[in-house]
Amino acid sequence: MRIRIPLYAYYRWLLLFLAAGLCLLPIWAAVIGGFKSSGDLRTNALGLPREWITDNYLSILVAPRFWQMLGNSAFIALFTVLFTVLVSSMAAFTLAHLRFAGKRWIAGYLTLGLTFPFATAVLPVFIRVRDFGLLDTYWGVILPQVAFNLSFSIVLLRGFFQELPKELFEAALMDGCGYLKIFWRITLPLSRPILATVAVLSLVGSWNNFLLPLVTINSDSLYSWPLGIMQFQGQYSTDWGRVLAFVTLTMIPAIAFYLAAQKHIIAGLTAGAVKG
Amino acid sequence: MKARVGSAQSVSPQRPELAGGASPFWPKLGRTLRTGPWPTLLLFLPPALLVFTVFVVWPVLQSVYYGFFNWNGYGAPQNWVGFSNFERAFNDPILRNSLFNNLLVVAVSAGIQIPIALWLALMVSDARRSNLIFRAIFFIPYILAEIVVGLIWKYLYDGNYGLVATVCHWFGWRAPFVLALPGWAMAALLVVVVWKYIGFHLALFIAGRQNVSNDVIESARIDGASRWQITRHIILPMMKPVILLSLFFSVLGSFQLFDLIIPLTGGDPLNSTHSMVSYLYTFGIKRMRLGYGSAVALMLFIICVVVMVCYKRFLLREDRAR
Repeated sequence: MRIRIPLYAYYRWLLLFLAAGLCLLPIWAAVIGGFKSSGDLRTNALGLPREWITDNYLSILVAPRFWQMLGNSAFIALFTVLFTVLVSSMAAFTLAHLRFAGKRWIAGYLTLGLTFPFATAVLPVFIRVRDFGLLDTYWGVILPQVAFNLSFSIVLLRGFFQELPKELFEAALMDGCGYLKIFWRITLPLSRPILATVAVLSLVGSWNNFLLPLVTINSDSLYSWPLGIMQFQGQYSTDWGRVLAFVTLTMIPAIAFYLAAQKHIIAGLTAGAVKG
Repeated sequence: MKARVGSAQSVSPQRPELAGGASPFWPKLGRTLRTGPWPTLLLFLPPALLVFTVFVVWPVLQSVYYGFFNWNGYGAPQNWVGFSNFERAFNDPILRNSLFNNLLVVAVSAGIQIPIALWLALMVSDARRSNLIFRAIFFIPYILAEIVVGLIWKYLYDGNYGLVATVCHWFGWRAPFVLALPGWAMAALLVVVVWKYIGFHLALFIAGRQNVSNDVIESARIDGASRWQITRHIILPMMKPVILLSLFFSVLGSFQLFDLIIPLTGGDPLNSTHSMVSYLYTFGIKRMRLGYGSAVALMLFIICVVVMVCYKRFLLREDRAR
């Protein structure tokens, strides 16, 4: 026994470091690749650059186009989050706290969206967006994103709302507090953690969404960054230094955000796991 | 939809002056607006119902209809073709291959990704500081956008640049263009899928592991059970629901796979690396064959519904067994 424990510990550390290395290696190669010359990229993917080239990064950072695309994505993400949180918390509130005929039916209807992920419905959604004349607008991306976020958000929020102490609502109603006020003054403030989780999940989903903008947005000036990065790669296909610099610059906010909101991201995932 | 008041009556006994018929109509309405459930219902439910119906349910139902037309998307669909879109889809070798690729992703996930994720999860399950760091690292690939991951790996696989080129350079070999070789391209894609989503399964397993009580493990250890016996006979059986859930997410994820494929291969070489969604995009939307695409989308929906129903059955049975 004395001998086996340290042996396991060594092997455990070895494997963990190996796995962590494999996770980080491609990311490292991308970050460092942005600083490399073309020759370096051919023969030296993993080591430090022989000479540091900052032009790849700088030329992207000074391009207004880069910031415009980030701005477009930020605008879309902001309104997606806002509407997802607002609309789903209102629906979840009525489903959690009010009694009315057909409630179970409506709750079931609103969770139908859990059955099919957005990607499978992209073609019908494209037709719908087009028929509404929303092609090539921000709203053609925002509204379908909100719609496809609803089911999951409502399930999460409703579960949380139902756990809030009942006495609070009864007392508030007794005192003549209306449902609107209860929603605004009691339910929402008490539900900050779950609201943050819903907001973070919809933010990440919107920020990274590629398929929906791909089919709905045509104008360069409305491009979200995933569209922009694909266009950029098409332009500079073999100039990997530039492409990797672009890739790295878009990774930085994602990783920074993840480190800041890690708790909510993991909470959202595992809450989803429990609710199915 | 009939509204009833829950625990509190809107016409409250504390204020008899309002309950009587003598009170004017408007003040009463004002009071209902403030306290009754009706206005809240009318204000709170319709936005969700409207957005959900318009952008989720309606389009899906429409695709059932459009699937029976030969329709290029201009004007109303008029050319009714019965089931021929479905026949064409079933007979298309590219679509069959795409479906096969989706199943391949599920198989690799179940056979390689989930076991590795489970193994790593059990190694970092104690909330020690070093473990928290490892967890954060393992999760990083998952939070990156698929597009970004696809581009990074395209670089790594590039025969002139990147990792493959570098390694071949060390040995003096001529580097292959992995993503351009039929057969190899799909394998290369599967590596990326495993790399990208392993952190997701890991996070699920860590959450699942926390539900296994440490008392049981401790008592087994006191009884002399080995580490492997504890894992095999206590931890894994208790984590079965999470493992099933993880498998379910693999299936669901496989049928959404798109963003990784486009930057890596775009479905090439020879359309050998399409998934169902990238097939739908390439042959339905890009070529504006919306009738045909609707038929393919309908098949995807049916697959999703079947998966969901199977999963619910499975889980329900699990719950009853416990």
